[in-house]
Amino acid sequence: MIEGVVERITGPVVIAHGMKGSRMYDVVRVGKEQLNGEIIRLDGESAVVQVYEDTSGLVIGEKVANTGLPLSAELGPGLLSSIYDGIQRPLPALVKASGSFISRGIMLPGLDHERKWSFSPRVKKGDRVAGGDILGTVPEYHIEHRILVPPGVSGTVTDVHAGDFTVTEPVCVLDGHTEIPMIQRWPVRKGRPYLTKQDPTIPLVTGQRIFDTMFPVTKGGTAMIPGGFGTGKTVAEQTLAKWSDTQIVVYIGCGERGNEMTDVLTEFPELQDPRTKRPLIQRTILIANTSNMPVAAREASIYTGITMAEYYRDMGYDVSLMADSTSRWGEALREVSGRLEEMPGEEGYPAYLATRLAAFYERAGRVVCLGSDGRVGSVTIVGAVSPPGGDFSEPITQNTLRIAGTFWALDTALAYRRHFPSVNWIKSYSLYLENIRDWFVQGGYPDWKEMRDTTMYLLQKEVELQEIVQLVGPDALPESEKAILEVTRMIREDFLQQSAYHDVDSFCPMEKQYWMLRVILSFYERTNAAMARGISLAKVIKLPVKSEIGRMKELSDVEKIKPLVAEIDRAIAALEVER
Amino acid sequence: MTGKSLATRETRTVHYVSGPLIFVQAVRGVSFGEIARIILPDGEVRTGQVLDISRDMAVVQVFEGTSGIDNKLTGVQFTGEPFRIDVSPDMLGRTFSGVGKPRDGGPEIFPEASVDINGMPINPYARDKPADFIQTGMSVIDGLNTLVRGQKLPIFSGAGLPANKLAAQIARQAQVRGEGEQFAVVFVAMGITYKEASFFMRDFERTGALERVVFFMNLADDPTIERLATPRCALTAAEFLAYTHDLHVLVILTDMINYCEALREISTAREEVPGRRGYPGYMYTDLATIYERAGRIKGRKGSITQIPILTMPDDDITHPVPDLTGYITEGQIVLSRDLFRRGADPPVDALPCLSRLMNLGIGPGKTREDHRNVADQLYASYAYGRDLRRLVAIVGEEALTELDKKYLKFADECEKKFITQGDENRTLEQTLSIAWNLFTMLPEEELKRIKMDYIRKYHPVQKKG
Repeated sequence: MIEGVVERITGPVVIAHGMKGSRMYDVVRVGKEQLNGEIIRLDGESAVVQVYEDTSGLVIGEKVANTGLPLSAELGPGLLSSIYDGIQRPLPALVKASGSFISRGIMLPGLDHERKWSFSPRVKKGDRVAGGDILGTVPEYHIEHRILVPPGVSGTVTDVHAGDFTVTEPVCVLDGHTEIPMIQRWPVRKGRPYLTKQDPTIPLVTGQRIFDTMFPVTKGGTAMIPGGFGTGKTVAEQTLAKWSDTQIVVYIGCGERGNEMTDVLTEFPELQDPRTKRPLIQRTILIANTSNMPVAAREASIYTGITMAEYYRDMGYDVSLMADSTSRWGEALREVSGRLEEMPGEEGYPAYLATRLAAFYERAGRVVCLGSDGRVGSVTIVGAVSPPGGDFSEPITQNTLRIAGTFWALDTALAYRRHFPSVNWIKSYSLYLENIRDWFVQGGYPDWKEMRDTTMYLLQKEVELQEIVQLVGPDALPESEKAILEVTRMIREDFLQQSAYHDVDSFCPMEKQYWMLRVILSFYERTNAAMARGISLAKVIKLPVKSEIGRMKELSDVEKIKPLVAEIDRAIAALEVER
Repeated sequence: MTGKSLATRETRTVHYVSGPLIFVQAVRGVSFGEIARIILPDGEVRTGQVLDISRDMAVVQVFEGTSGIDNKLTGVQFTGEPFRIDVSPDMLGRTFSGVGKPRDGGPEIFPEASVDINGMPINPYARDKPADFIQTGMSVIDGLNTLVRGQKLPIFSGAGLPANKLAAQIARQAQVRGEGEQFAVVFVAMGITYKEASFFMRDFERTGALERVVFFMNLADDPTIERLATPRCALTAAEFLAYTHDLHVLVILTDMINYCEALREISTAREEVPGRRGYPGYMYTDLATIYERAGRIKGRKGSITQIPILTMPDDDITHPVPDLTGYITEGQIVLSRDLFRRGADPPVDALPCLSRLMNLGIGPGKTREDHRNVADQLYASYAYGRDLRRLVAIVGEEALTELDKKYLKFADECEKKFITQGDENRTLEQTLSIAWNLFTMLPEEELKRIKMDYIRKYHPVQKKG
């Protein structure tokens, strides 16, 4: 084991001397208190270490020991419903070890090594297996946790056991000597291997109208949510974590508020997954490295999270990963880079910011997993970005824009008037529209794309008309354009706005979304047709059916929404008879 | 600890002095973050903290400034100890300096404990969910941006706006409904003038609250760098009162902009790569170590609620200090010059205000079932009315439709009747009933944010009919 001594201490960065032979990203233990750290630069005899814990009290000359291992995550049954810090220390166990406040130098295993899990084999003696093949399964809540042959390992099964085991006990033996336990350790900075990547063709259904209908993201795709403070990034991330139709959710609170994590922790066990009717927490892994916890661990937290996501992907599941917020991760990178006295790039961020961001987002994807059965899994990444002053020209937003497939721009002006989700429909975009068109057609919504395009056209037109109104007042517009303003107001208020706290509206199934939009658009069509026959707009907008449209959101039964199309017809036809 | 044996070690090897920093040569056994005593040639003793150490040099920031320090005779003693302050329940009613020494002429306190001012991060798993509604008696806060126990809710002010009056009124009126229990207040002054500080003192004195208040004073003419320690000392005292003595503590920090100035000064002196407007890149993390000390902890009775006040330079909410604060705190109360001129009191601009924890503290059993809906509706209608004001400025009021004229009137009345309240202390019911009365100005079908049931139950016209 390589052992050196502390030579310099500046905040979370420590330089150790006598470390020759160490590898980059090896984990080290620093000083008497055994603080955890990671080597981030090598220079002759010296190694630069970022320390995951507060370095107060550390003295020059204290020992630094290299463990020889990279920063790794423990993967196996027991991850679900857990809450970890940035380097996979289970927070409940930390409370037991050191009380309500996090003290230093504690290293705890990520998984419970005592607990027994019931393993049922899928292979038998004599089977040939290779990396990624399923050896057997373990029930983890309602999820079938598939125990896989670790990547790079292969052989003939010479022994396999059914029954209750801890994660470290071998459940299978290959070639008489390679023992395989349920636990796997994987270096977090390295993506887990897969066979091939596939095109994303299935949307991630989130139950949010502005996302699903207007700016969808796919399973295996990437999305970014930038927005100034108070625009609802965290609410959006949490809403996605609640309602996304993936089997597993990894939620990373990266440099954010402690009370928000408490909120997730108390709310998720009580909420039900609308599809499986199980408590949401049972499909969720939480990583909480709040803003006042050490910055270096914050830097590691997104890698710890994505490694866990990939692990479940490899079993053939759809996983979504929410990172709130990637800006705080970037700032951690900047802080460490500043301490290393590296030449700064834009706004003090290191020049390699773009590379690191791209490398992280590229770990998303829909893949054919390792193994012989050709199963498919996916990791979807939704990253929140917190641009300073809400200014999207800053480096993290701009560099993420180059990679992310869907852009949900949150808007301060919308948030101020409590239009939530405050997604700006003019600035946002999705690059997946063509990829998922077939999915909508096959799902029974053949004209989804046309309806969406009409909606976008109207909303765009509204912006232009508003400019005119600002100059000359609404009276100057012709009736047909006033009708557009009426209908876009309906689109905004009765369709795009969605309350995350309403018991019915918080989750809107695809079918309901489709019919809601269809009702509004047919109102527009019928109004136009009626106006062409000389009926005044003022009369149409006074129709009682309009306020029924305003209450569609609150209806849980889509069968009550569908008849509105016919009702609009009737009401407008009645106006014509009146004349 | 190695500290004890080193406590007596004194060197006279100050090599280089720059701004608030001194660089001390040839020291051994110095630990990161420890406290040093600096002994000036004339015998004066100052306090410093180690910021950076390498084999042959330690960088020490001196809280009281470096004037009078020379690089020949000045001695430096390393104590081996982190920055600690003595805490005791006797602190209530007393005034301390920015580094926790009595400055009211009274005796030293008899300490119950001596605590590291940096604290440790609260384990997120050990946090308890804030859930108790604090009635501040201010409609714009209680009704629209509810404060809950354990929250951190800053006031963003501008130069010359009455943030202090608002903060003092909140401190005076704040109570948890049904308990009537009053808060202990920790008041932290950072770089504010004597006049501002004495305003608070007089206000607390007038209302007889003085014996519930601990003052930490770093005034405008006190050393700048001391400000870096002031909020940490104060929060350490607050944590002690909250978690050891079960008190609910309200911490008022004013003015955060002065704290950040001090942070920038240190960063510049260390020749660090500057971030936006010269503030250091780690300012977010640094501010978080202050703000995140608000909260509640499972299994303990007390709580810490923070109301930081900060003056936005040039009323610019995108300035790094309000910006980063807004990213850490759980909402914000924003004062507006425009409303101040219109005579609103308090001049709170409701639109950019937010309380992220509002939903935890309101609703049936806590406040009233219609609270959320009323707040949403008031916001939406008020925002629309405000938009129309701009339109009217260009095209005149005649160009508006009848409905829009109603909205315009609604926005005006909302500012006059709901937001403005002067020294009145309103109950939540009063606040909500003012809101409902305002809603009668609009047609009922415009109240889309409110559930039909609540309209039937609470709408003044519907109730009568």
